[in-house]
Amino acid sequence: MGTMPDGRPNTAPLDDGITPVPGLPATAVDDAVREAEERKWTPAKIALWAAIALLGGVAWFMLAIIRGETVNAIWFVFASVCTYLIGYRFYSKVIERYIAKPNDRRATPAEYKADGKDYVRTDRNVLFGHHFAAIAGAGPLVGPVIAAQMGYLPGTIWIIIGVVLAGAVQDYLVLFFSMRRGGRSLGQMAREELGVIGGTAALIATLLIMVIIVAILALVVVNALGESPWGVFSVGMTIPIALFMGVYLRYLRPGKVMEVSLIGFVLLMAAIIGGGAVAGTEWGAAFFHLDKVTIAWGLIIYGFIAAILPVWLLLAPRDYLSTFMKIGVIVMLALAIIVVRPEITVPAFSEFASRDNGPVFSGAVFPFLFVTIACGALSGFHALISSGTTPKLIEKERQTRLIGYGGMLMESFVAIMALVAAISIDRGIYFAMNAPLALTGGTVETAAQWVNSLGLSGVNITPDVLAQTAKDVGEESIVSRSGGAPTLAVGLAHIMQQFIGGTAMMAFWYHFAIMFEALFILTAVDAGTRVARFMLQDSIGNFVPKFKDHSWRPGAWLATAVMVAAWGAVLLMGVTDPLGGINTLFPLFGIANQLLAAIALSVVLAIVAKRGTFKYLWIVALPLAFAAVVTITASFYKIFSPVPAVGYFANNAAFSKALADGKTSFGTAKTQAAMEAVVRNTMIQGWLSVIFVVLSIIVIITALIATAKAFRNVKAGIANVEYEDPAQPSRVFAPAGLFPTAAERELEAEWKKLPADQRLEHSAGH
Amino acid sequence: MNALVAGFRGFAEYFSGVLGADAYKKYLEHHRASGHAGPPMCERDFWRDHTDRQDANPQGRCC
Repeated sequence: MGTMPDGRPNTAPLDDGITPVPGLPATAVDDAVREAEERKWTPAKIALWAAIALLGGVAWFMLAIIRGETVNAIWFVFASVCTYLIGYRFYSKVIERYIAKPNDRRATPAEYKADGKDYVRTDRNVLFGHHFAAIAGAGPLVGPVIAAQMGYLPGTIWIIIGVVLAGAVQDYLVLFFSMRRGGRSLGQMAREELGVIGGTAALIATLLIMVIIVAILALVVVNALGESPWGVFSVGMTIPIALFMGVYLRYLRPGKVMEVSLIGFVLLMAAIIGGGAVAGTEWGAAFFHLDKVTIAWGLIIYGFIAAILPVWLLLAPRDYLSTFMKIGVIVMLALAIIVVRPEITVPAFSEFASRDNGPVFSGAVFPFLFVTIACGALSGFHALISSGTTPKLIEKERQTRLIGYGGMLMESFVAIMALVAAISIDRGIYFAMNAPLALTGGTVETAAQWVNSLGLSGVNITPDVLAQTAKDVGEESIVSRSGGAPTLAVGLAHIMQQFIGGTAMMAFWYHFAIMFEALFILTAVDAGTRVARFMLQDSIGNFVPKFKDHSWRPGAWLATAVMVAAWGAVLLMGVTDPLGGINTLFPLFGIANQLLAAIALSVVLAIVAKRGTFKYLWIVALPLAFAAVVTITASFYKIFSPVPAVGYFANNAAFSKALADGKTSFGTAKTQAAMEAVVRNTMIQGWLSVIFVVLSIIVIITALIATAKAFRNVKAGIANVEYEDPAQPSRVFAPAGLFPTAAERELEAEWKKLPADQRLEHSAGH
Repeated sequence: MNALVAGFRGFAEYFSGVLGADAYKKYLEHHRASGHAGPPMCERDFWRDHTDRQDANPQGRCC
């Protein structure tokens, strides 16, 4: 790759070393034609973008400046969608032009490695949905709900601006560079670009981060199902349903995925409705009423079994079910918000925005809001997907912008909708649901009293309202159901019942929401355990070669047991934590996720520098610097803060001292055993924070060294080592964006004229 | 009415693509296009192989 120090658009002549396959039409729109098309501004085009900018501006004005009693939810939709469109049309184009520099004359791995199985050219719009379903899960549904403690504006700004400048940039570039490397994983790219030290640190960090993420996702499920017979029954039923689907697909009617997904969906609905009936009976209520510790143990045992069972039996069918639900639910939620347009009474900045002792999560807006909302704004976990399946399915290089950047914008939109759903419920109910038991006292009376004592403007809640809401959604109680999922479910039920079914349907919608969140999380837990097990086996395999053989049962089982024990321990810690697991652990989830983002962006930074692109390096450096500052600051608070509510070690010291003084209860811990649990938990959490931050700093430093070295090499005229697969000529053509441009349509028509036997068939229908 | 049916069919096709339900169809296309000597796997074998390969190469699902 030649350098362009003057940073002019890529006018790279056709000296890309690619000799087109003779006898075929062009495999890319001519650069000059495309440029001319992009730069031509017709009056209609100008009017369209002016209208989008204007509408977005008005929406932001309504959200950020106007301080009325209420704000309509539709402004959230306009502000986000208009900003996404502008970011996609303008900013991602800049990234494409100056950093990625895709070349459609070049074949993608799906073409030159095509095997009909893993490497398959996939229609861009289908792949968009596929990629979106793989990246979006419970994360964007949970983080914004918890962050709503600060009011709606900080979260809204971070989700929308963060995705345009950080999250989508990471997803896009990791996808692009992985594609250029034949679909290599983030870990492999880190080792190549950052060397042994950086690569190893990245690998260990990824493994630990995975454990934390799985544990905290599991904690969200446990909190949602604790003491909820209806939820336990209907979510529990997903296991036999998935097993049935697995057997159906394997033996009865192989390959009938759509059919079995529909059957599964119907059974799932029956399980939700049946759950209400079962929970209504005396034996059902007694049998499925489980406390959180029991559910956590159930989940740990389940996690182990699910990870060693063959994929076809449980994981694959539930994956179909989860994807099926995901697309359906998100479309439904978007429709409902647009149709119902709820009025939001939550203030832009709440009383907790300027404090660091909020009941839902502790810490000040900076940096803790930015780690509480990870998924939806900047999620490092996506780098694992963008360097996994998706790069092997891309048809043309230019499509990475739609899929990588566009897919992440879509996830951000999901996060905005989750935020809207959470803030559409009464603020008093929000705090009663999300504060730890130690504060609310657990009953409707004490919870109402505590909420009213907070002195929040416009909040005056009665015990009756809390009791009635619980009754409406078919739960025994909604007090202290932290974790985000139940709040989102109440919000969704609140919106959906205005759309379909009325109050009578609220309980159904609530459990429907709990069900799909649990479904996403169980899939993530199961898949995460498997991936982590393979990583662990490969790492141990460096010392004990036998472990590298993934089909060696004892090794596989041992590695699975180690990984499940690791996340299980963190999960139990969270469940038994007297401080309320979400309050202490959720920041760790965000920190872990964004440290992974910092690692991914470091790898991208080194790659971009090696390609000789320095003038536009800031496009990668900006989100990297932000992620690094946020996560390292947050980690330092968690490690060094003297405030017990924020710092793990400060909390540890406070409880240790209380124990040494012979106290039998301290703060929120009512027994000596609980106090000992706090001492143990905070020590582990503190050291985890230390390990994370040290590993990430190592990765970032090695990336900076690699970047500096690349810079020196370019200055001295020495070629940097390239790890891209050699360029091969493409033999197909497909448009880049959602809608083909005029030039693309012309070229498509030319391809259509080609005799069928000379043309590689499109793999998916249009 | 025809437009409605076509629209629904298009949606169903898209959705099955997103789910990955058309994997076998794509495999057959690839098999034909690449001119393999042997016959392709039958549908049952293909899906067995499909999930067995997932066993050997796990992919993460996001949070």
